[in-house]
Amino acid sequence: MAFFALSLLNGISYGLLLFMLSAGLTLIMSMMGVLNFAHASFYMLGAYLAYQVSAWIGFWPALLISPLVAALLGAVFERWVLRRVHRHGHASELLVTVGLSFVMLEVVQLVWGRAPVGYRIPAELEGPLFTLFGSPFPLYRAFMMGVSILMLLAIWLLVSRTRIGLVIQAALTHPDMVQALGHDVPRVSMGVFGGGVALAALAGVVGGNAYTTEPGMAFSVGNIVFVVVVVGGMGSLGGAFVASLLIGVVTTFAVSLDQSLLHLLQAVDVPVTDAMANHALLALKISQVAPLLPYLLLVSVLIFRPKGLMGTRET
Amino acid sequence: MPARGRQAVLWGGFAFVLIVAPLVFQSGLALTALSQMGYMIIICLSYNLLLGQGGMLSFGHAVYTGLGAFCAVHALNHAGAEGLPLPVSLVPLVGGLGGAAVAAVLGWVSTRKAHVPFAMITMGVGELVFAMTPMFPGLFGGEGGISTNRVVGEPVFGITFGPQIQLYYLIATYCFACTALIFLFTATPLGRMLNAVRDNPERVAFVGCDPQTVRYIAFVIAGFFAGIGGGLFALNFELVQGSAVGGLTSASYLLYTYIGGTLLFFGPIIGAILSVLVGVLLSEFTKAWALYLGLAFMLIVMFAPGGLSAILMANLRVAASGKFCRLVKPGSALLAATPVWLAGVTSLVEMTYHRQIHAPLNPTFRHFGVLLDVSDGADWAGAAALAIVGGVLFECARRGFVRHWRMVQEEMHALGPGAGGAS
Repeated sequence: MAFFALSLLNGISYGLLLFMLSAGLTLIMSMMGVLNFAHASFYMLGAYLAYQVSAWIGFWPALLISPLVAALLGAVFERWVLRRVHRHGHASELLVTVGLSFVMLEVVQLVWGRAPVGYRIPAELEGPLFTLFGSPFPLYRAFMMGVSILMLLAIWLLVSRTRIGLVIQAALTHPDMVQALGHDVPRVSMGVFGGGVALAALAGVVGGNAYTTEPGMAFSVGNIVFVVVVVGGMGSLGGAFVASLLIGVVTTFAVSLDQSLLHLLQAVDVPVTDAMANHALLALKISQVAPLLPYLLLVSVLIFRPKGLMGTRET
Repeated sequence: MPARGRQAVLWGGFAFVLIVAPLVFQSGLALTALSQMGYMIIICLSYNLLLGQGGMLSFGHAVYTGLGAFCAVHALNHAGAEGLPLPVSLVPLVGGLGGAAVAAVLGWVSTRKAHVPFAMITMGVGELVFAMTPMFPGLFGGEGGISTNRVVGEPVFGITFGPQIQLYYLIATYCFACTALIFLFTATPLGRMLNAVRDNPERVAFVGCDPQTVRYIAFVIAGFFAGIGGGLFALNFELVQGSAVGGLTSASYLLYTYIGGTLLFFGPIIGAILSVLVGVLLSEFTKAWALYLGLAFMLIVMFAPGGLSAILMANLRVAASGKFCRLVKPGSALLAATPVWLAGVTSLVEMTYHRQIHAPLNPTFRHFGVLLDVSDGADWAGAAALAIVGGVLFECARRGFVRHWRMVQEEMHALGPGAGGAS
């Protein structure tokens, strides 16, 4: 029971972190049709900036400054690079973000080195929040969950309840009409790109110290975020939310389960021979298969339900 | 010169270069580099069968080269231990068949879609295979990989493939044969149909040809050649590790093929040669090579989507039309401004890297023969000034060059079709 409850909570907090990343990605995707390959790189940049800023003036200013700086860089990239490539088509837009992810990785290594940096949880957020069945649940995890839920609410309010949100929604489906009504659609795109990137950086600020801040962090999380966006359905915030939680919980549970097919066979009273015990496939533990699960999910969704869980259009 | 004669000269020249290259560059390093170029050419050409010919942006091509390499290694080990009657010279073909078999299975999943979804499926499949490698140590050798010995069986005509030079000529033979086969494929009706699927799949469907099937067949063929490249890789290094199927390897194929150019048949060959030059030489010369490579890739995507080969061809076309003299002045201004700008930028980059890695021990280092001191503010200011002044000069020269270039291109367009270009 303790294992179940804690794994569930950890899975949800990881899933909410994934949602912060995928929300920005899916907003950019639906607004501009650009699959931003460098999205996770902005997550990494957010963590490193937060490390630097919190070393200078503290964690709380970093929570604000780091996403703002990332948003500015993202807007500059959209204005001067992405818009330029736009006329060559979506493949070129994708490729230029691939290039950006390489460059950002190198720049981060150039400035902060190749080893993990000591980006720590602030002292006032350390310690357990409560104890569940004898195991402590860290306060910082709860803080992470709070930040992502607040952010979810903020986006939802912004998109559905404000004038800016109306323009964004309209520009998603009828960009020409919105342009004709006197709104600067390219500038809206720039804002959405900057905003989406800021969300990724915010995830970096709160995720970088919960996990590790290292150059490999963008690569390890980046592919998972793509999986989330595709599984949830391109351009669907609700779908991204469900898929993030699903993948967060499933992978968290899977890494802590040591059962294999052999256990299953033993449970149904099939005699296990030595040859079977040494068989590579039968002896695989669920925890070993855990890294595969998101990709298996991705491939099966793309084959059987290309719209994704809650998407409205084919990927 | 008639087209057929020109082709014969080009292919003859290609064969000549392959034969003569190891006689000109005789050092051990050069021979290894040439061998790597040989199989990289096959891999990049097979990749371009997807990207350039079929418009399929794959993020998982290393799956087919890597699994082809694993097939080759296992075949070679069986030939060594159990006396499987397989001559070493045919081992790359085993890799090719392995690559094609894997592509026949995974391609069925991947080629159901095109464009961005295709890219994402290939990425997912690639990550799937890569995540599997540590799970089956018997097949993939775990962290250490699987090693082999290419000297197996009775020598044929005294050739054991032990010495690198013998292996080089095997690779060169495969390289020439595969290049020719891929080129011939692009001229077959199926190859033409593949171009049509890239440009207008709907219309292909109306003609009565299923675009999905065309993509699938091309994918399997690309997998076959990728596997041959992987098999040669296995013979060359006698070691294959899990990273051979990884996303980074796939990304590097994409990067170099695109930099070489996807629009022209020979573009990937330039990319393949560049990949070895960067991997062997540039990485010795500077620690920041990956940064330069990423920036170069971004600049190519932004300013010259046709890659280096398109730039080369556009210049040759201008030269052939006899208008090259008008580009000499703005072109030489561009060529003069570029080194200034690059010197400034690379100095800044190298100084930052040096400060990051060696500064406490030794604050000075040489960059293009100039002694730079990372603890000296004047050096930083000088490098920054050089970068800014060079950048302004470069931008002015670039604008001037583009203006002249466009003028010349418009005149050539007015004269006749077939002119287009980069920059």
